[in-house]
Amino acid sequence: MTVVLSIIAVTLLAISVWQITKIFEISNLGAKKDNSQIASEKDNDLQGKLMFAFLVFIYLVTIYSFASYTKVLLPESASEHGYTYDKLLLISFLVIFIVQTITQALLHYFAYKYRGINGRKASFITHNNKLELVWTVIPAIVLFALILYGMTTWSDIMNFEEDEDALIVELYAQQWNWKARYAGDDNVLGDANVRFLNDFDGRNSVGIDASDPNSLDDVVVTQEFHLPVDRKVIFKIRSQDVLHSAYMPHFRAQMNCVPGMITEFSFTPTTTTADMRLNPDVVEKVNRINKIRYDNSQELIAKGEEPLEPYQFDYLLLCAKICGSSHYNMQMKIVVESEKDFNKWLNQQKTFSEVIQ
Amino acid sequence: MSVAVNNNVENHDDHHHHKETFITKWIFSQDHKMIAKQYFVTGVLVMGVIGVLMSLLFRIQLAWPEESFSVFEVFLGDRWAPDGVMDPNIYLALVTIHGTIMVFFVLTAGLSGTFSNLLIPLQIGARDMASGFLNMVAYWLFFISSVIMVASLFVEAGPAAAGWTIYPPLSALPQTQPGSGAGMTLWLVSMAFFIASSLLGSLNYIVTVLNLRTKGMTMFRLPLTIWAFFVTAIIGVISFPVLLSAALLLIMDRSFGTSFFLSDIFVQGEVLHYQGGSPVLFEHLFWFLGHPEVYIVLLPALGITSEIIATNSRKPIFGYRAMVASILAIAFLSTIVWGHHMFVTGMNPFLGSVFTFTTLLIAIPSAVKAFNYIATLWKGNLQLNPAMLFSIGLVSTFITGGLTGIILGDSALDINVHDTYFVVAHFHLVMGISALYGLFAGVYHWFPKLYGRMMNKTLGYVHFWITAIGAYGIFFPMHFIGMAGLPRRYYTNTAFPYFDDLADINVLITVFALITGLAQLIFLYNFIHSMYFGKKSEKNPWKSNTLEWTAPVEHIHGNWPGKIPEVHRWAYDYSKPGKKQDFVPQSTPIASGENITEH
Repeated sequence: MTVVLSIIAVTLLAISVWQITKIFEISNLGAKKDNSQIASEKDNDLQGKLMFAFLVFIYLVTIYSFASYTKVLLPESASEHGYTYDKLLLISFLVIFIVQTITQALLHYFAYKYRGINGRKASFITHNNKLELVWTVIPAIVLFALILYGMTTWSDIMNFEEDEDALIVELYAQQWNWKARYAGDDNVLGDANVRFLNDFDGRNSVGIDASDPNSLDDVVVTQEFHLPVDRKVIFKIRSQDVLHSAYMPHFRAQMNCVPGMITEFSFTPTTTTADMRLNPDVVEKVNRINKIRYDNSQELIAKGEEPLEPYQFDYLLLCAKICGSSHYNMQMKIVVESEKDFNKWLNQQKTFSEVIQ
Repeated sequence: MSVAVNNNVENHDDHHHHKETFITKWIFSQDHKMIAKQYFVTGVLVMGVIGVLMSLLFRIQLAWPEESFSVFEVFLGDRWAPDGVMDPNIYLALVTIHGTIMVFFVLTAGLSGTFSNLLIPLQIGARDMASGFLNMVAYWLFFISSVIMVASLFVEAGPAAAGWTIYPPLSALPQTQPGSGAGMTLWLVSMAFFIASSLLGSLNYIVTVLNLRTKGMTMFRLPLTIWAFFVTAIIGVISFPVLLSAALLLIMDRSFGTSFFLSDIFVQGEVLHYQGGSPVLFEHLFWFLGHPEVYIVLLPALGITSEIIATNSRKPIFGYRAMVASILAIAFLSTIVWGHHMFVTGMNPFLGSVFTFTTLLIAIPSAVKAFNYIATLWKGNLQLNPAMLFSIGLVSTFITGGLTGIILGDSALDINVHDTYFVVAHFHLVMGISALYGLFAGVYHWFPKLYGRMMNKTLGYVHFWITAIGAYGIFFPMHFIGMAGLPRRYYTNTAFPYFDDLADINVLITVFALITGLAQLIFLYNFIHSMYFGKKSEKNPWKSNTLEWTAPVEHIHGNWPGKIPEVHRWAYDYSKPGKKQDFVPQSTPIASGENITEH
């Protein structure tokens, strides 16, 4: 594999160098051999045209990328603030797209248009205050608009109220897994600290303080945690060892997990897992993934190994902050469901008092 | 301040003959031109090759995860690649050291070290740096730093692997990952030397620019290269000490039991004694350097580009004063934007708003610079030399990469792309590739000044076009992987079936990376070959206005035989009406009846 790969890479490179060198040589045919190593008129002509071609290349890369990679992007947001997020993202992208298209065009077109000709004199233009004012003020206005929009969105997301009926969930990170803790019937999380982790022969997996009466009805879960749809969730985020980052891309949510402090994030899920699985973009993505997995499985079977499991969509909690060797595999499944199903599921879990008995 | 080199000495060589032995000429040289070459060879040719090679190794792993490659065995050995399969710990180490080497050793020391040293004395009309001795010490500290960093690759438990940002507690506790043992210690020691080197170098640059300008060289006649190097040095002096303090505090936490950055930690079944510290404090200290560092890398490249674009457009740089003002504005703002790396660290959300504001402000001077470059090309007579192509390429990647900063600098939008490949794509384009283009442009342009010979232009063209296509091929698709929700620094993406459909894009990126990486061999060959066999250069091959081209091609101690030229005009009188030639060197007196160019 390596050998084949390296051979292919080296060959491709060699061919491209050879071809490009040849183009340059051919373009110089008939001219006196110029070994000054300074661009001649011919060089300017060719390189100027290539600059123009490069503009076309940038546009093609852009079009190709958007045409074929849009489908891999995240599906529509599954949280309330996510809609605002997506709108702001779209507007920012429009600004970027317009500026990128125009500036790259000017840059490369000028590189082509004004490619050097012997004996022509460039225009002597040192500055133009009016023009410079224009291109200072316009970006300033656009940026101020974006800043205002961004700041309002940011403070809407981050300055959440601790409502009575919000669900309190603790996300607990360690090398290399996640746990979640529910506050139980009193909706108040019991105190916790890493000092309590070794209590109860290690059964106190997130270090709950058993002497705090609020702690006894707390529920700790692993592997997956559930959220009721359309109810605000406030996450209290902790880590026991190093920095981690609780990243829930489908909800446009991320917050670092910092040992020694509790960080917070809040969102309201709007789409159940079941509904999201029916979203056309998700359906298409899952089909695509399963086709890839099927093809890979065929190879595995041919090698006499186990085939891959078919994939089904689920919301994910990932770690986005480098945290050691298994950083790449720190995952927890998130299930969003109706309030009724959620309560049913939560009641099946063991409370802290049951765990430590 | 005492100044070592007297600028007004009539004939430098008559006054004191230096006895040059092999050692004082080639090793412990105090001559800025030799030191520039030493920085280039150590920073770019040696460290650069190591840094790029590492990126190729982890790109192969990302494209074909957990497959066996004999190339891994060759470079990583049995310990880190048993049966040719890369170990997750060494993956993180490769990512970490790649970042460290490229940001600090190649693009800070390699870029500034080479060109500030070569150009500051030559372009301002000085015999040498203010202190040749300190300059030499700065280089040798950098050399020691490089040796230690390379040595750290060979320690038993592996090199530092906590990311180039070395956030504690991961970097502080060897229990959390093997790389945080001796590897991390060496990393910190190496960086301490590096910072000392950088401070000495920067102080020297600042003093030289302020004190040793030749007669007539006012601040507003300085070429933009010098403005960029000067301001870069100032940012370095302001921000590097803060990283040093962070490193020292981290060393205390690691080795002397303090708790500056650590609190409430439980590792491997044990509660550690640390109480009351905060990793967020480290993040603040780190990014107080870390963000200005971006501009320490970028400004010299922009300065080089300004000079090359003006020379090769045969046209004055458009809006000289606006360019100077935007360099100063960027420098000032760069020290108050660091919090945009920390929107989701648990920092107070109000601070998030403040840093969003300052961060997006920095886009304004950046936009001014980009527009001024484009306006300089307009109605020019472009000499599309390889250096010019790289300069235009820089403007292109600076725009493409810079624009996505609007998203990352906006705290609200950062939430979902923070620490994903979107960030990787953004900063590689705007600072990595742009600064590298600046570096290449500088080498092609000033090679005649470094070695008295010309580089081969055909190879230069080939090098540019493969690199230009490759850079977009690598980093453009990477934005999409990031927006698909894939976090960075993942050893493999196969743990999440959700990312299975990104595998193809990763293969594509790796193929581009391999081609682009190998294409740099063309540059290496061209560089080394031209050093010995290149065509002998004329005194002023690019018909440039700046002073370095009035110095003889052969390097002499003191730069100019006889008097240092005086300066009578700014550096950008290209194609001035009424002049026969399309350039007027700065040393040419104003002719009778000639207008002094207002700029």
